This record gives sequence, structure tokens and C-alpha cells, in this order.
Amino acid sequence: MINWPNFVSQLFNGLALGALLALISSGLTIIYGTLGVLNLAHGAMFMLGGYAGYVAFGYTHSFIIAVIAGSLFVMVVGIVMERVIIRHFYQRPHEDQLLVTFGLGICFVEIVRLLFGSQSQMVPPPSMLQGITSLGFMFYPTYRLAVVGIVAVALSVLFIVLYRTRLGMIVRAGIEDSVMVDSLGINVFRVFMIVFGIGAMAAGFAGIINAPVVSLTPGVGDDILVETFVVVVIGGVGSFPGAILGGLIAGEIISITSMFNPSYAYVMLFAAMTLVLVLRPHGLLGTQGRE
Amino acid sequence: MLKQRPFLIEALTAAGLIAAPFLLPLIGFAPNTANRILVWGLFGLGFDILFGFTGLLSFGQSAFYGTGGFVAAYLLTQAGFPNVVLALIIGMIAAAAVGYLVGLIALRRTGIYFAMITVAIAEVFFFVEFNPLADWTGGENGLPGVPTPSFNLGFTTIHFTSGWSLYPFLAFCYFVGIVVALRIVRSPVGAVFRAIRDNPLRATAVGHNIHGYKLTAFVIAAAYAGFAGGLLGVLQAFMPPDAFTFDTSGQLVMQTAIGGRATLFGPLVGAAVWLSLQDFLQATLGLGAAWKLVLGIVFVLLVCFLRNGIIGGIATLYDVATGKRSASLSKEALPATSEPAREEPVAEARPAPQPDTPPLHLEDRNPAEPILQAKGLTKRYGGLVANSDIDFTVNRGELRGIIGPNGAGKSTFFKMLTCEVPPSSGTILFEGRDITGMTVTDVCQLGLTKSYQVNQLFAGLTVRENLTIAALSALRGKFRLDLFRTIQNIPGLPERVEQTLDLVNLTSRPDTPVSELAYGEKRRLEIGLALATSPSLLLLDEPLAGMSPRERVETVKLLKSISQGRTMIIIDHDMDALFELAERVTVLQEGRVLVEGTPQEIKNNTTVQEAYLGGVHGVLAA
Repeated sequence: MINWPNFVSQLFNGLALGALLALISSGLTIIYGTLGVLNLAHGAMFMLGGYAGYVAFGYTHSFIIAVIAGSLFVMVVGIVMERVIIRHFYQRPHEDQLLVTFGLGICFVEIVRLLFGSQSQMVPPPSMLQGITSLGFMFYPTYRLAVVGIVAVALSVLFIVLYRTRLGMIVRAGIEDSVMVDSLGINVFRVFMIVFGIGAMAAGFAGIINAPVVSLTPGVGDDILVETFVVVVIGGVGSFPGAILGGLIAGEIISITSMFNPSYAYVMLFAAMTLVLVLRPHGLLGTQGRE
Repeated sequence: MLKQRPFLIEALTAAGLIAAPFLLPLIGFAPNTANRILVWGLFGLGFDILFGFTGLLSFGQSAFYGTGGFVAAYLLTQAGFPNVVLALIIGMIAAAAVGYLVGLIALRRTGIYFAMITVAIAEVFFFVEFNPLADWTGGENGLPGVPTPSFNLGFTTIHFTSGWSLYPFLAFCYFVGIVVALRIVRSPVGAVFRAIRDNPLRATAVGHNIHGYKLTAFVIAAAYAGFAGGLLGVLQAFMPPDAFTFDTSGQLVMQTAIGGRATLFGPLVGAAVWLSLQDFLQATLGLGAAWKLVLGIVFVLLVCFLRNGIIGGIATLYDVATGKRSASLSKEALPATSEPAREEPVAEARPAPQPDTPPLHLEDRNPAEPILQAKGLTKRYGGLVANSDIDFTVNRGELRGIIGPNGAGKSTFFKMLTCEVPPSSGTILFEGRDITGMTVTDVCQLGLTKSYQVNQLFAGLTVRENLTIAALSALRGKFRLDLFRTIQNIPGLPERVEQTLDLVNLTSRPDTPVSELAYGEKRRLEIGLALATSPSLLLLDEPLAGMSPRERVETVKLLKSISQGRTMIIIDHDMDALFELAERVTVLQEGRVLVEGTPQEIKNNTTVQEAYLGGVHGVLAA
């Protein structure tokens, strides 16, 4: 029941979940911030990453290759999706963008359901990360600890790309004013394509990293998408630090509430979102005027 | 589509609903399919008012569908409530009440935030139904044994059971639903809904409390959803927990988009397509689980190429066939983003419009008192001072011009006067009343509004509809729930719209959609929108911007005729025009009042010349 080690282990669970949510939400938020498109197929990207990794793992039995293949596959899907469809929606109203990405998400889920069936699939964690680790006062699954580290590295890479490279500078400028970036002679469309690819890849990467923790089903992305929305609303749309902060808050709320009564996890998450909306309608780290 | 002959649509709907049980079996429709289509169609009526007409895309309608359904089912199965119809109505009221509370939260934001919040809220409802409330809702088992309605007429009892026997009851509910929805859509509230969809900023500026109206649309949608949810239980004799799932909301959104948004019948058509395709793909083609993929692809293609769905497509085809519209399918697919640059034919020798009766505010006030007084008005954006310590007074009946180089703070000054942005310090008195810190809506209701530098029109509506929306705010106040009043029956409305059409010289094109107007016409409509709110003080931000010389001449004439009996302040860069129009001119420079005087004084003022010519004279003299 509720005792000290249990509480700490839930804190760790929350950290692992929060880190994953942070990564997925940053993908969603950099796409929205740069392109102005809310990708409702983002949950499907998460799911696709898991399945692509699962297939790669089936052939190679290497977790590393599965992670790389899963991420790259989703990046390619994202780029193709942007080039073929999303590009034609930049000038159309938000509602149409929501509708088309929602429809695409359903198509992806149904394709996977057709290919792999509805039953759940499992990817085992890499052998060196299996088992449990002693933290002195308690034991904790090694892979879940590793998830926190892996995602932290991924977020740092994303941070470096966004804040320390030329591409990142263009992306951040594009978030502020994409018309201006365009008129400065930078091919915004190419940047948009890359950003969409990177954003999708973040979700795909999270999908395969999460596969050993939670088994894969075609619908695995749906719940994640809802949690991601809450994260983004709490953190503030278009804000990379906001996505990380919101992710960690949401992860901890879900796990700590689950310790007392799992059925109230979403209620508490929703209560937190409502509180933020009432006190800071633009999110904790969001800026005013970006709708 | 939804106007012309009175009760035509109602009559056709009734005829269609009566004919359906005789025609549908011929094409192999199972009665249960028809019944499900009606429930989805009724669910969608409210959603179409919310999404199609008001422009609020909610992915959380399942919350209200489930709430209404479970309240009704609980009353009928657990609480021993005898009357089915009454239980359905209580379910509807419960859903509407929940919708009100949820709306208060979700409507704090717009656009994609709104969509995300509704998704999250619906998900919470799903979890609450499954767990904390499982004792009442049956959790994942749902509530079985929902009875069907029966009516005791004294001499006989009519019992609606299932299949075609239940159909008349559902059809009647749908018919009532569509009649009510048509009334709402044709009411003044419906007009404001469309205004919010097309341009929420301007809807606010012409004096409508759009938050109240959005909440109204949200509650209406929740009420429809709640009633339809109750019918789902009646239809299946069982209230399924999956009414609460995200899939329910998603299916509703997709059906509405497939059928056609803002048509009211779209969800019904979409549901018919959806359910019959599902049957066809699963049973006839034996596709099994792949049916949803096919529907997903159909949906994506429709969103890409036929934005207004099946009904919208048919309407376009019909218009093309009857020659009303030259094949503009491509325009439908990609809403025009660029303005057509064609020159409008200037009306030749237009008779000068009769100076209309001056606004009522004018006589019953002390004419000596200035209509507008700004004291020490300052606006800082961080370190940047846009306006600094401006004192400004305009008398009743005056036509004031404001000029100043780019960046002098003219537009910021106007925004503060109309309360679009709050001043950092200073006060604004309008007709002796302190309006500092009021909302733009309230200020417009008091009689102060402006026309925008960049057109802010209701782009999807016709010229007449645009003016009607502006006039409604003057005639009805900022918020009123006259949901069932026919818009034509508002006293004074047609006169006011005609009068404004005449004033801005658009009498020849009242039923043209705004998107088809020439630039100069749009510019005049922009002024017309402000005029139709019958302001006692009208602010015009660069009314001549972007006009050809010929259009300028016309518009100056127009402004002169408007100014009869009105107080106006005009910002413009066209000095010749402004000096011709204005009695007094204020010059702003670097956020301060540089000088104020008659046009002649301004022309001869050396500091003004210096401000505009950058002190060339000084350099030459030196």
C-alpha cells in the first residue's frame, strides 16, 4: 500500500511517463509552433514508431536497430505526409487542418490494425537493461530507469538542434514570424518539411522506447494523444520548455494519483488543466497572443 | 440554401421522413440502420450549429451524448421512472447543464486549444463513467433494459417497440429537432453565430458579446447530444458505455464533414453514408475490419477536395448547372486567400444619398459638451512608447482629421479610443462617461466604433448579411437569447440595412458574397459595418488606403455624405482628401500631438512641414 518505497517508485514511474510525455509533446508543439498545424495524427506517429521498431526487432533482434529504424521510419512518414497533404492545408482554416490530420491518424491506425491485428505485441527491453536495479532502499525495473536517461538524452539532442544550430534558429524564428523568415530568403517550405519530420520522429522515438514498458496495440497512440494535449495546454502551445515542464507535471499527477486510486488519474489531470486555464489561460510557459 | 419560401424545408423534411419507410426497404435498408441514422442525425444537428455555424470544432461531444443517455437510462431502468419522453427531456436538460459548465472552461480559449480541451474533457467523462460512477452507470456493462415509449390515447395505446415500429417516434423527434434548429439558425442569434465563425474579432467590435453566444451554441449542441444519447438507449434497449468514447465524438465529426457542414442535414447524410458503407463493406464485400480504413480514406479525400462535403458538392454542382456560378470548384477547394485585383465599375453620376436621419443620440444631449475627451493618454509596449500623454477633444458634430508620419502612433491611438487595447495611463471620456478599461463591445454599444485599416469583414456572408449583423447589435444589445425570433421580424432592421446599403452605395449588390466584391466595394462595406451599428462617434482608420484615384474621389464624396449629422474622426495619409474633408486636423508625431488646427493652419505650419519632409528646409537654409 502507501508506504515510502512505494511512493518513491511511483515518483520514478511518474518521471518516466513524464519524460516520455515531454518528448512527445515537444514534437507536437514544435510542429504547431512552426507550421501552425495541430497534428491530430501525432498519437498515430507514436504508435507507428512502436510498430516499426517491433518489425525491425523481429528481423534483427537488436534493440538499437529497432530504435533507429522506428524513428527513421516515422520521420519519413512525417515528411511524406507533410509534402503530399499537410502542405496544401497551410492556407486553410484550422478546422480543416484538424479534420485532415484526424482522418490521417485513423487511416494509420487502421492500416496497422489490418497488418498486425488488434492483439497486443511486445518488444523486450535490451538484455543489458533487463531485470531490476537496487537503489539501496528499494528495487526498481532497470529499463524504466533507463527510459528516463534515454529520453533526457533525446530531449537534450532536440534542445541542441533547436537552440544551438542554424536550423534551430530558423525554426525558432519561424515560430515567431514565418512570413518574415520567408521574406529573408530562407526556404520556409523546406524548413517546414524538416520540422514536421523531426516532430514526428520525436513521437516515433518515444513510441519504440515505450514499447517494452507498455505492450503495443493499434490504439496505443490515442490515450497518449489526449495526455499530450493536456501537457501542451498546461505548458503552453509552441513552448519547448513548456512541453517539458507540462510533461513532468502530467506524468507525476498520473502516477501519484494512481497510487491512491487509478480511476481518478484522469480526473486529477483534468483538474490540473482546468486550474491552469483559469489562472494562466496561455499555459505555464506560453506567451500571449499565439492561438 | 436555407431561406426563400417559408416552411419549404420543413415540408420537404416531413415528406422525406414519411416516405422513408416505404422507399428505403426497396434499396435494402434495414429498419435498424434507418433508426441509427436518425439518432446520429439528431446528435449532429446540435453539433452542426456549434461547428458548421459557429465555427467551434469540438471533439468532445461524446461527453454530452453519454451524459444525456445515461441520465435518461438510469431514470428509466434504476429509478423506476415511468415516462420515456420525460426521461429523455430530463437527460437533455442534464446534458445542457453539464454543457454549460464545460463550456465555461473550454471556451476560455479558441481554435486548436478549444479542440484539445474538449478532447481532454470528453476523456475524463469516459473515465468517470467507467470507474467512480460505475455503481450508477453499470461501468463497462452499461445499463440494460431501457424501455421504449408508449402513449395512452384513452381509446388505444400506441407502443413503439423496435425496427419500423420505433421509426415513427424517432422520425418525429428528428422532425422536431430540425424545426427547432432551423428556427435557431434563422434567428438573430443564428446570424451572430455565423459572424463569430467568419470573424470573431469583428463580431466583438460591432457590439456582440461573443462569449455569451459561443456558450449558447455550446449548450445547444450539448442539449441535442443529450437527447440523442437518450434515444440511443431507447433504440438499443440498452445504454452502451461506448457512447462516451472518443470514437463517438470522432465519428460525429467525420459524419458531419462527410455530409457537409453548416447545412443541418449534413450529419444525417454523413451518417447515412457512413452506416450504409459500413454495412456494404463489411457484409457485401466481406472486408471485415478494413471498412474503417476505407471510410478514413474517403473522409481524408473529402476534406482535401470537397471541403463542404456531399451536400456542399451537390449545391455547387447545382449552381454550376443552373449557371449561377461559373465553374468555381477549384475556388471551393481552396478558399480565396488573395484578393481579386479587378477594378470595380464606378457607378456613374450616383445621386447624392439623402442625408439620413441623424442618430438619435445627437439631440438629447447637451451639444456644447465635447463628445470625446482623452486626457494624458499613454501607451507603452515595454520600453517602446507608442503614445505619450495625448490630450484630445472632439466636439459633437465635428469632422476631425488625424495625420502623422508612419509610426506616429495613430492606429494605437484609435485602438485605445475604442478600447481595443487598454491605455497604460490616462482617461477617455465619451459623452461625459469614463470608458477607460471598458470592452470594445460595450463601447460599441454606447455608440463609439471604428472601421478598420485592414478590412475586417464577415467573408463567408453576403453584403446584406454583413450589415444585418452590425445592425443587430444596435437593435438588440450585446446579448439576447431570442432564439426563435425570425430575423426579418425585428422592427427597424430592414430599414436600417437598406439605409446603410444606400449610404455606402452598395444597393446594387446586396446579395453578393463578400468574397466576390471588388476591393473598393469591400472598403465601403467596411465603413458600412461601422455605420450600421449607428454610432454617435465614428472612427475611420485609413478609409482610403489602397484605393485607386478614381475610387478615392468616390469615397471622399461618400465620406462627406456620411458625415452629415455625425461626429467622425478620420486617419488617413491622403492629405488632399483629408484637408478637403476635415474641419480641424490633429497632427501626431512620435506618439505626441504635434499641433492641432484648421487645414489651412496645418498646411502652413513649419513644424508639420518639418515632420513630414524631415527638416529639409532647415538643411537648405543652413
